[in-house]
Amino acid sequence: MALLQIAEPGQSAAPHQHRLAAGIDLGTTNSLIATVQSAVARALPDEEGALLLPSVVRYLPGNGIVVGREAQDSQAEDPENTIVSVKRFMGRSLTDVKEAAGLPYRFVDAPGMVGITTVAGERSPVQVSAEILTALRERAEVSLGGPLAGVVITVPAYFDDAQRQATKDAARLAGLTVLRLLNEPTAAAIAYGLDKAAEGTFAIYDLGGGTFDISILHLTKGVFEVLATGGDSALGGDDFDHATAEWFCAQHGLQGLAALPPGAQRSLLAAARKAKETLSSHETAAMSLPGADGAAQHAILSSTQFAELGAPLIARTLSATKRALRDAKLTINDITGVVLVGGSTRMPIARDAVRALFERDPLVDIDPDQVVAIGAALQANVLAGNSGGDEWLLLDVCPLSLGIETMGGLVEKIIPRNSTLPIARAQEFTTFKDGQTAMSLHVVQGERESVAHCRSLARFELRGIPPAVAGSVHIRVSFQIDADGLLSVTARDQASGIEAHIEVKPTYGLADAQISAMLQDAIGSSKADMLLRSLREAQVDARRMLDATEAALGQDAALLSAQEISTIHQAMFRVGDMLETEAPLDELRLATAVLGAVTDTFAARRMNASISQALAGRTMDSLV
Amino acid sequence: MSVSLTPAAARHVEKSLAKRGSGIGLRLAVKTSGCNGFAYALEFVDSTNADDECFETHGVKVIVDPRSLGMLAGTELDFVREGLNEGFKFTNPNAKANCGCGESFAV
Repeated sequence: MALLQIAEPGQSAAPHQHRLAAGIDLGTTNSLIATVQSAVARALPDEEGALLLPSVVRYLPGNGIVVGREAQDSQAEDPENTIVSVKRFMGRSLTDVKEAAGLPYRFVDAPGMVGITTVAGERSPVQVSAEILTALRERAEVSLGGPLAGVVITVPAYFDDAQRQATKDAARLAGLTVLRLLNEPTAAAIAYGLDKAAEGTFAIYDLGGGTFDISILHLTKGVFEVLATGGDSALGGDDFDHATAEWFCAQHGLQGLAALPPGAQRSLLAAARKAKETLSSHETAAMSLPGADGAAQHAILSSTQFAELGAPLIARTLSATKRALRDAKLTINDITGVVLVGGSTRMPIARDAVRALFERDPLVDIDPDQVVAIGAALQANVLAGNSGGDEWLLLDVCPLSLGIETMGGLVEKIIPRNSTLPIARAQEFTTFKDGQTAMSLHVVQGERESVAHCRSLARFELRGIPPAVAGSVHIRVSFQIDADGLLSVTARDQASGIEAHIEVKPTYGLADAQISAMLQDAIGSSKADMLLRSLREAQVDARRMLDATEAALGQDAALLSAQEISTIHQAMFRVGDMLETEAPLDELRLATAVLGAVTDTFAARRMNASISQALAGRTMDSLV
Repeated sequence: MSVSLTPAAARHVEKSLAKRGSGIGLRLAVKTSGCNGFAYALEFVDSTNADDECFETHGVKVIVDPRSLGMLAGTELDFVREGLNEGFKFTNPNAKANCGCGESFAV
């Protein structure tokens, strides 16, 4: 029997109509799931009351799979088959995974995305992530008493198309309907209700178990734009534990953490972690390491000592933060709010450092482990239609312009940069040659005017266009980006209705650093680009005129005297030469104009000839 | 006849109202829908109507409109935990049949 929850006034759902929706924070180290009940978002615990699910999957011989804490505990004994931090491999090829050499996994270089050989066979990061998502889905369904209608899953702001697509694929594999993907910093901002503000610039400082991310967001009219992201993918709470463990070893004259037997390493790290957590609310913490002979070694760690141990690590987060601010061309004074995310921001040394840097108190009221999942849950609740229709629908923007290649290697932008998502835009194109029956479409991303300087996303062909005169065919090319930032492109011949379609799943997308580099590149070279564009357009015009003249000469050379034909040929050669040698714009334009002038009379005669041909043998009566 | 809350239900309503930050009480209502004819509705209350009946149990205001009261008189609302799930449960002496989901009933 289902139990009832309290609804907002006038919004109590009709029976069987409340759509269960959840937000999922699919983290590198830990994952969790949250939902909105009685107008309050909360994270859902497992049977043992734990909210965090370690993002660890262990494959057993046979078809057994263990996910979460139990898998994490077996990491040391079965490293090859226990996959941790799989998020780092999502949508990445083997060459992208720089740290691969230092990891215990047997990697397989599969096309598009790296694979991992386990005792259960080859597994892709998508499948491993799907196991984590399945565990969360089951937890939610037991807890909420029904199947989930949809989920919002968070991804780092710097995730590119390939990584986002891989995340969506994992969700589908786990039997989840993805309402949308949401940027993690944006989710944290939503959890604090920052999206209700009219405008603002926010810094989201996310120090998790094994990663550090800093994001600068700008909010205008309900749209969050990611201005800059930065961080350190190998810096997190675990590093503080290591530093503390090394300190303990030094205190007792031990050689260091690595020199201890694996069992002692684990218990020392656990003791270090416990001491770190104790120091968040106490001045001192006791640590002890049981020795093999039964005698334990002890140490007392003070918060001052811990602050010294952590200082170099905190300094690294601060320099990444300053770099992100510089990238966004902002100063500390431009920031209107700071949000702390990730369990490691509970450490007073992290909070103090952030407060000192930004000269303001960071937002810390919501549990930093849960804040991203809670923001996602709020968004999921709105998208599932459980709250009123006047609620916000949060929007993101596309980071780079999208367009297609046109003749001459130019880019025709169809969706401009910073358009709010979702968006659909269409533009008409036509054929270049007479009788052209196929059209090759090249989808590119970037701000530059020439294809060579943009990034190629996909190519596809529209075939079976009925032959017609160049320029008379109308091909409508529609670009659509859904709320997750995933692109689909359709080309359709308006006359015959034939259609070709592609979902853009680039084999690997752009990192945020590449995006900002491409943007700067475009700004720096816009003048050169405009010149190049004009030249290419002139070249395309010239080539079209050459083709047309040639075709006309083939049909109606009889209308011209030998002298006239030779003049036209000369003008054609001149234009052809210039195309070949990439002559400057002015000269090419002049030569094209000359060709136009010398063929003027020819065109007039052809027109007259075709009219008299059409009229031949008819009386005046039949024409009226 | 009145409508009442168990102490557990009252505590949870108080907590929910505090978290929400506004609202004067809890509205119980009956709507004509659901698989068994009538359905319960539970809502926060921001403002009452002139003809609403107001009951107070364990310090929590319970507001019922007169039309619903006929079918809710004597009802006790409990807050229970069933495994991982927790929520409100109605004990209504007027209900002759409950549907399996517990969200609707017949009189």
